[in-house]
Amino acid sequence: MLLKPQSEGVRSLSSNSETATPVVDAKRDQVLAAVRDLLGEALVDSHFKPGDDIWIRVRNDAWQASIKKLRDALSFDYFCFLSVIDWMPSPYGRGEDDPTEPAPERDTVIRSGYAGGETRMQVFVRVVNSTTHVGLNIKADVVDSALVIDSLITVYAGANWHEREAHEMFGIDFAGHPDLRKMYLPIDFEGFPMRKDFPLLARMVKPWPGIVDVEPLPGDDEVDESSEGGAS
Amino acid sequence: MLGDRQQLSYIAAQAADARLNLELETEGMTLNIGPQHPATHGTLRIIARLDGEQVVWAEPACGYMHRGYEKLAEVRTFPQVTSLINRIDWLGSFANEVPFILAAEKLMGVEAPTRAQYIRTILFELSRIANVSLFLGDLGVQLGAITPVFIAFRDREYVLNLIESATGGRFHPNFDRIGGLKDDLPAGWIDETRAVMKKLRGFCDQIEDLLFGNEIFQARTRGIGVIPRDVALQYGLSGANLRASGVDWDLRRDQSLPMMWDKADWKVWTHPDGDSFARCWIRLQETRESTKIVDQLLGSIPAGPVMAKVPKIIKVPEGEAWVSTENPLGEMGYYVVSRGDLGPFRVKIRSASFNNISITPWLLRGVYVPDIVTILASLYFILGDIDR
Repeated sequence: MLLKPQSEGVRSLSSNSETATPVVDAKRDQVLAAVRDLLGEALVDSHFKPGDDIWIRVRNDAWQASIKKLRDALSFDYFCFLSVIDWMPSPYGRGEDDPTEPAPERDTVIRSGYAGGETRMQVFVRVVNSTTHVGLNIKADVVDSALVIDSLITVYAGANWHEREAHEMFGIDFAGHPDLRKMYLPIDFEGFPMRKDFPLLARMVKPWPGIVDVEPLPGDDEVDESSEGGAS
Repeated sequence: MLGDRQQLSYIAAQAADARLNLELETEGMTLNIGPQHPATHGTLRIIARLDGEQVVWAEPACGYMHRGYEKLAEVRTFPQVTSLINRIDWLGSFANEVPFILAAEKLMGVEAPTRAQYIRTILFELSRIANVSLFLGDLGVQLGAITPVFIAFRDREYVLNLIESATGGRFHPNFDRIGGLKDDLPAGWIDETRAVMKKLRGFCDQIEDLLFGNEIFQARTRGIGVIPRDVALQYGLSGANLRASGVDWDLRRDQSLPMMWDKADWKVWTHPDGDSFARCWIRLQETRESTKIVDQLLGSIPAGPVMAKVPKIIKVPEGEAWVSTENPLGEMGYYVVSRGDLGPFRVKIRSASFNNISITPWLLRGVYVPDIVTILASLYFILGDIDR
């Protein structure tokens, strides 16, 4: 049973996408084509999962300009969030190492996610068209030697707090942001806690009790893979 | 019409007072509200610079409840994360779990059985009712009316009892699992829920009579704290705050998720005014609609298992997923990045209140001191949802 229509125009759009098979996603396909046309050179890479979402990556120096274009030309008028991903695998794993043993070898290769990337840090933002409800995940590389990118505050006023949060948690500078004060942490806090090489101190000073929990209980005959997941 | 007239007189009064302040060369004053203040639902601190009775500049100071869930999620396995995210919006906990679980399921390519999807949707709406009914009661307290909050606490208890009897937890159910639910519903639960939904519709009528028709309530909320449509969008406001500004957008209706909202007949309410009254009114209507959704879904829950076949040790394949749902406070979403490991590589938690409250420096400029309280109450935030 379909929903009772409230405003016909909007509803028919959304119910079409629900009945369509997930492989064909004409709505998002058209949006991606329009985005490609609009951004041209500034678009580095894109990733499209039909029925799910679109990811694009733009050049660092075209970050603000291309998002402004997307807002004006394709009416991505709703600002959802802005954040940063640190693609370096954590040298501490999940903090479950036994402190009496030497630390295990860990994968340190930086691998980026959808729409690729060449740097450790990536800024990403999600914007949505409030009429068609198609969202767009936009990423941009930030090189380690100059952790700076243009602020989106002139494009979406709501980016203000998100950029402040990203600045204190990852140490990314947003050029043009008027007020990059700390939001959560004490003023004299040093370091950037959300970076992967910032250790979670609670897991460092005391071994994770989950390590002990994997031992089978007395009378527990069944020693199988499930006991390893017992910490969950 | 009443809203328009009141808004115009409010703006005229603001302008006249500002001119008077200039003529009198009044000295500015900094007013600190909070961190412990009844109007802030927790520990939000607001620093307001006043000129006479008007706010020149106001800024909320967050961080009194920052718990670093994004970092903590990185050292946990996927099933462990739900116990953390329960505590983001603590009044509607079950609703917090759903988008994260859906994101993990999307990456794994698992879908919960139909029965589990029905129960999920029902529990989701029950947590909305529990959450918003407290808001409706609390609204009166902000304006000096004590009675509604007692009614709200009394009637919310019925919903919490239902959630407790089904999940075992009043506030933190931790009931949603990747691939389904922890348990089936207890015997007799469906009949009891029907009776409670009837009571809750009575509660909505009572609140509407007591509060929304009240002249003082209308005078304090109509035409005050007006957010235009385009401002609401660029600040990323969501939920009732966005619909009160005339944007017809509800994530329950406008995206396809493996949930059962489309099986019920209900309405998305919008309001053209964008003022404090509109935001409160939308929430009242939404509570009514939620009881309708629950009532309809209760009758059509199919038989079957509540858990799909998932491995005992859950490894989520490599990929990125974004899932957001229409939570009691607004759009709550998780951007989950997995590297094929036991735990997530990165979880970005997009909580509704963070965006909803980030508009306050813009919104509070020029308002009078007593209106700070009503505007904040009508924006409706939960501290854990701002700071995460």
